[in-house]
Amino acid sequence: MLSLTHFLTVAAILFTLGIAGIILNRKNIIVVLMSVELILLSVNINLVAFSSFLGDLTGQIFALFILTVAAAEAAIGLAILVTYYRNRGSIAVEDINLMKG
Amino acid sequence: MESLSVAIAHSLPEAILAVGALVLVLYCAIRGKDSDGPTTEIAVGLLGAAILSILLGAKTEALVFDGAFIDDAFGRFMKVLTLSGALVTLVMGQDFLTREKIDKFEFPILVLLSTLGMLMLISATGLIALYLGLELMSLSLYVIAAFHRDNVRASEAGLKYFVLGAMSSGMLLYGASLLYGFAGTVSFAGIAQAIGSTPSIGVLFGLVFLMAGLAFKISAVPFHMWTPDVYEGAPTPVTTYFASATKMAAIAVTLRVTVTAFPGIVPQWQQIIVFLSIMSMVLGGFAAIGQANIKRLMAYSSIGHMGFALVGLAAGTEQGVAGVLVYMAIYLVMTLGTFAAILSMRIDGKNVETISDLAGLARTDGVTAFFLAMMMFSLAGIPPLAGFFAKWYVFSAAIQAQLYPLAVIGVLASAVAAYYYLRIVKIMYFDEPAPAFDKPAFALRAVLAVTGVLVLLLFAYPGPFITASTAAAKSLF
Repeated sequence: MLSLTHFLTVAAILFTLGIAGIILNRKNIIVVLMSVELILLSVNINLVAFSSFLGDLTGQIFALFILTVAAAEAAIGLAILVTYYRNRGSIAVEDINLMKG
Repeated sequence: MESLSVAIAHSLPEAILAVGALVLVLYCAIRGKDSDGPTTEIAVGLLGAAILSILLGAKTEALVFDGAFIDDAFGRFMKVLTLSGALVTLVMGQDFLTREKIDKFEFPILVLLSTLGMLMLISATGLIALYLGLELMSLSLYVIAAFHRDNVRASEAGLKYFVLGAMSSGMLLYGASLLYGFAGTVSFAGIAQAIGSTPSIGVLFGLVFLMAGLAFKISAVPFHMWTPDVYEGAPTPVTTYFASATKMAAIAVTLRVTVTAFPGIVPQWQQIIVFLSIMSMVLGGFAAIGQANIKRLMAYSSIGHMGFALVGLAAGTEQGVAGVLVYMAIYLVMTLGTFAAILSMRIDGKNVETISDLAGLARTDGVTAFFLAMMMFSLAGIPPLAGFFAKWYVFSAAIQAQLYPLAVIGVLASAVAAYYYLRIVKIMYFDEPAPAFDKPAFALRAVLAVTGVLVLLLFAYPGPFITASTAAAKSLF
C-alpha cells in the first residue's frame, strides 16, 4: 500500500531535479523552461497527495489553479525567448551575459 | 456568506482596475492602432479612481469572497502606496516611452493588470489567493521588463527575470503545498491555529520555501541576483515601477504572511528575516560602491533599503510593523523622486544613464541637481530629511525587541551606503560640467518638486502620517 511519504518523496525528487536543471544547465533555455514545468508539477503531486490523504478538496482546486497559471507562464516565457532570439541569434545560457556585476 | 454587492464594495479598487483594464483592451483592439493614444491617460484616471475609492470608501474591516480576501486598514495603507507608485510611473514614463518609440497601448494595460495583481496580493488571506495575485503581478511584469523588444538588453532583462521569477514562484508553491499538507488548510488564520507554537518539521520546511519565494520578490539577498540586471536592462519607466509599486506589494504580503500565518513561531521566522536583512543591508552597501550605471546603483540601493525595512519586521512587534510601513512610504517617495531625476537624463534626445553624465549638473541644471541631491541625502538617512526618520523608526523597534547586533550592523551598513549617495552629490556639485541635459518634461519636474516637498514635510508635520501607519499596523495583529 502506498503511503503519503511515497508521494512526498517522488515530489521532492522531482522538485530537486527541477531546481538542479535550472542551476546546472549550461546549454539551452528550453531546458530551463522544462525544469520550471517539472517544479510546478512536483508541487501538484504534493498537493493532490495531501488533498487525498486529508480528505479535503482544497488541494486539488489549488492544483487546478497551478495548471492554468503554468500554461500562461509557459506562453509568456516562450514569447520572451522568441524576442530574445531575434535580438541575439542564440538561446544558449552562457550567451546571456550582456550585463554583469 | 455575504452578498455580492458587499464583496464588491470592499474590493472596489480591484473591481475598478479589473473592469477598466478589460474595457481598455477591448477599446484598443477596436481602435486598431498600435500607438498609445489616450490609453495612458485613461489608465492614470483608473488608478486615480482606485486611490479615491480607498480614501473616500468605508473604513471598516471585512473578510469577503468566502474568506479569501480581506479589506483592512493595513491593506488600504499599502494599496494607496502601490497605486500611487503605479500612477506616478505612468505619468513620468509617457515622455520616455514616446521618445524611445515604444509607446504602445499594451504598456498602460499591463501596468494596470500587474497593479491589480499587487492589490490582490496585499489583500490575500490564503495561499491560493496569494499565489494567484503573485502570478498576475509577475506575469505582467515579465512582459513589461522585455517591453522594448528590439533592444537586446531589455529582452535579456526580461528573460533573466522570467527564469528566476518562475523558479522563485516554484519554491513559493512548494512551500505552500507543504504548509497546506501539514496544517490542513490554506487560510493564514487556519494555518496559525493548526501550527500553534510547536511546528512540525514539514511546517518549517514550508515556511523556509515560502520565505525564499517572497524574498525573491522583495529582492532580499541571497535572492537578489536578478535585480541589478533587470533594473539596468529594462526601460527606465519599467525600472521605476519595479523599484516602487512592486516593492510595496511584496513587502506587504511578506508582512501579512509572517504576522498572520505564523504568530506562534516568531523565533523561527525571525531567524530567517534577520539573516535576509543583514545580508541585504551589507551587500546593498558594499556592492553599490563600484557601479558606474545609475540604474544599477539604484538596484543595489533598493536591495539595501529592503534590508533596512526588514529590520522592522525582524522585531516582530506591532511597533516594528508600523516602522516598516513608515519606511516603505518614505522609500516610495524617495525612489519616485530619484527616478524622476534619472528619467530627465537625456542629451540631444538620447537617453544616458551613467553616473559621470551627472557631472557638474548643479551648474547646467540647478533645480534637478538640488532635488536629486536632496533625494540622495534622504536615501542616505541624513536628518532632517524623511529618510532619517524611516531608519529611526525601524531601528528603534529593533532595539526595543532587543535585537542589538541587527541594529548595530544596520547603522554601520547605512554609513557605508552613505558613501555612494554622497559621491553622487559630490559629482553633481564639484566636478567639471558634462554636456547639459535636455529640458525635462513638465511631469518629471512636477514629480521631483512634489517628492522633494514630501521629503521635507515629514520632518515638519509627521502627525497624520504616523497615525495612519500605526493604525494600519494595529489592524494586522
